[in-house]
Amino acid sequence: MTTDTPAAATMSAEQQEILHKLAVIIEEIAEVPADQISLDKRFVDDLDIDSLSMIEIAAQTEATFELDIAIEELAELLSVRDAVDLVLAQRA
Amino acid sequence: MSDNDIVVTGLGATTPLGGDVWSTWNEMLAGRSGVRTLDAEFVERYRLPVRIGAPLAVDPADRLPRGVARRLDRCAQAALVAAEQAWEDAKAADQADPDRVAVVVGTGIGGVRTLLEQAELLDRDGLRQMSPLTVPMLMPNGPAAHVGLAIGARAGVHAPVSACASGAEALAWAWRMLRSDEVDIVVAGGAEASLTGVTMAAFARARTLSLRNDDPEHASRPWDVDRDGFVLGEGAGILVLERGEHARARGARAYARLVGVGTSADAHHITAPDPTGRGQARAIRAAVRSAGLDPADVGHVNAHATSTVVGDIPEAIAIRAALGDHPVLTGPKGALGHLLGAAGAVEAIATVLTLRHGLVPPTANLERLDPAVGLDVVAGRPRRLETAAAVTDSFGFGGHNIALTFTTA
Repeated sequence: MTTDTPAAATMSAEQQEILHKLAVIIEEIAEVPADQISLDKRFVDDLDIDSLSMIEIAAQTEATFELDIAIEELAELLSVRDAVDLVLAQRA
Repeated sequence: MSDNDIVVTGLGATTPLGGDVWSTWNEMLAGRSGVRTLDAEFVERYRLPVRIGAPLAVDPADRLPRGVARRLDRCAQAALVAAEQAWEDAKAADQADPDRVAVVVGTGIGGVRTLLEQAELLDRDGLRQMSPLTVPMLMPNGPAAHVGLAIGARAGVHAPVSACASGAEALAWAWRMLRSDEVDIVVAGGAEASLTGVTMAAFARARTLSLRNDDPEHASRPWDVDRDGFVLGEGAGILVLERGEHARARGARAYARLVGVGTSADAHHITAPDPTGRGQARAIRAAVRSAGLDPADVGHVNAHATSTVVGDIPEAIAIRAALGDHPVLTGPKGALGHLLGAAGAVEAIATVLTLRHGLVPPTANLERLDPAVGLDVVAGRPRRLETAAAVTDSFGFGGHNIALTFTTA
């Protein structure tokens, strides 16, 4: 897990699009303002999101991006970047 | 004062008449009805013969934090709103050992809205669109569990189901738990939010509902010669019941005392009550006897009377047989509609307030009393009544009979 935060300008357009949609989902479910949701934020440690909310976020992500998240993959979603990477990987 | 008297120390409700106990009570005293034309697309979609109902006056989702509301079926939302009011009213929050606080919240069907909505989503849009919270939202113990979570009840959380008697049955179980000294406080009542197309269609198919679509405010009319069925309503009623000794030790205010409980079963028919009223009479007699009272002591009955042609008279027969023809009656479903699993609890609240204020609300919409009733029923205006004891009864599809005896505090 890297510790440096890429500036918004170095994100691809696709990453930005995914991040934006994820931020909407996270804001709706966990009531975290979208502008606080950046790639480096960790769900539990930084955004104070509990396990039930993670299940809801995963479900909404599946619905929004039309993909499936296996239970093992869910367990590895520790940060917003992990979620963006998961969506990118499934699209590839 | 007996060694283990049970008192009512908190009240909470959300009904078609108002979003709390006091607005509900005031509308009942005014004889107003919470029934109106339903503004729902399912009425047209299913071409329902019944177009009226009694929806909640205040959306419970508006009274809860958004993050909480979105994870609850409407039934649990209503239960939670009412329970928080009652708990706050009782001022019991830091004054009770959580290991000796229990919850009993009944419901007729629980999260039916969630079940139907998620079934439609699954069918139309597939698994990915289904909420992962579907199970906790639809389960009938959901309302009780969420109330227990909110107040930190650790003695036990229970959810009795007996159709239209569920709310009263919850109070009956709470009384037994308190009398056996297992617990100090029980937050008890009922909740229902089942105004959906499917449920309305189902009740309409069974020919139980009023078809007075052109005059909704006057459709629910218990014991009236022109009654033609009940009106479906939503609501929740919660009472905080407490061991008297515990309440007095913490200086809590008691609204009334719950002194007796009677239960019976008809063993007659899956929906119709025993026309002789004998099962209902047994429950009423048992409620008075368990209170150590005589029928002559009971000055008031807050009745079940749903405004159906077949149901209203057996109850009148039962009351006359068990108590005599001296009690003064009211039928709260004229104003409230039929709140199903919440009815028994909301009506118990009205009974408590009648004792406390010495006022019997009128039976809304009662214009011409069916001569077969043979009892003194309050109609038109509230009546002043000083009585020490009152009974409220509730009967559910399936032949479930519950009667509760309250006295002034």
